[in-house]
Amino acid sequence: MQVVINGRPHQASGAMSLAQAVALLTTAASGVAAAVNGEVVRRPAWESTPLADGDQVEVLTAVQGG
Amino acid sequence: MDDPFIIAGEAFSSRLIMGTGGAPSLDVLDRALAASGTELTTVAMRRVDPASTGSVLDLIAARGIKVLPNTAGCFTAAEAVRVARMARAALGTNWVKLEVIADEHTLLPDPVELLDAAEQLVADNFTVLPYTNDDPVLARRLEQVGCAAVMPLGAPIGSGLGIRNQHNIELIVESATVPVVLDAGIGTASDAAIAMELGCAAVLLATSVTRARDPELMAEAMRLAVASGRLAFLAGRVPRRRYARASSPPAG
Repeated sequence: MQVVINGRPHQASGAMSLAQAVALLTTAASGVAAAVNGEVVRRPAWESTPLADGDQVEVLTAVQGG
Repeated sequence: MDDPFIIAGEAFSSRLIMGTGGAPSLDVLDRALAASGTELTTVAMRRVDPASTGSVLDLIAARGIKVLPNTAGCFTAAEAVRVARMARAALGTNWVKLEVIADEHTLLPDPVELLDAAEQLVADNFTVLPYTNDDPVLARRLEQVGCAAVMPLGAPIGSGLGIRNQHNIELIVESATVPVVLDAGIGTASDAAIAMELGCAAVLLATSVTRARDPELMAEAMRLAVASGRLAFLAGRVPRRRYARASSPPAG
């Protein structure tokens, strides 16, 4: 299946959780938020949130600004 | 003197809110934050960059400063609400500096989208601090929908043009029952002092410090200017007169 993570297509050979998708980008233990198809998923639920073909995943963190 | 800045029930001893944008390095930013004495600082939310090193969040946490995420870069209410929710999930705060801008050229707030976003976020239990135009009517509407402060601009973001319409800022201060924070447009220390003399509860600035030749020194200048302006406001300035009034006794 293919998911889009922060705008980039990613091919997954088998099942993939949101936690696995986030781990492709960062290992930070805090300060990161993730959304699937525009819906925020709270961190404790990342492991138990499976991704489906075509899902759009956004992973954000804080940067200098404002 | 004990004169806390209270916003949404939380007290700060500093009336300078410093943004983190524009600093040439995290090290320079760290020293500027320390020199500013700020207790509240803004960050933006962006896609995670796997290549980035060092975190602005670690630096802010190490200084014991409260973090205020913004929605910079959002053009619609829907985008701003989504980013605010991401910020809340990432940072564990329901405070948000709400920015909904109209175009890249002026970065001026879009009042219609801003008010819509503010209403949605208040309903979702956010403490909403909106970056707004220097429009007393819009400020009143933002307050009416439940914003915890109003943050009118002095001039466009990053312009350093100072406070272009002091009269409007005074009108906003006079009628607001929530804190008024002068946000954007500060160029140098005197601008920050003027904002406080006009009765603003605090000043929010970034560029004027982070892009100064010496950010740490300018941060100290801003700290002193905000404190001085506040004292002058509380002390009450003398009225302006057209002609002289002798300060030495005429007789004797």
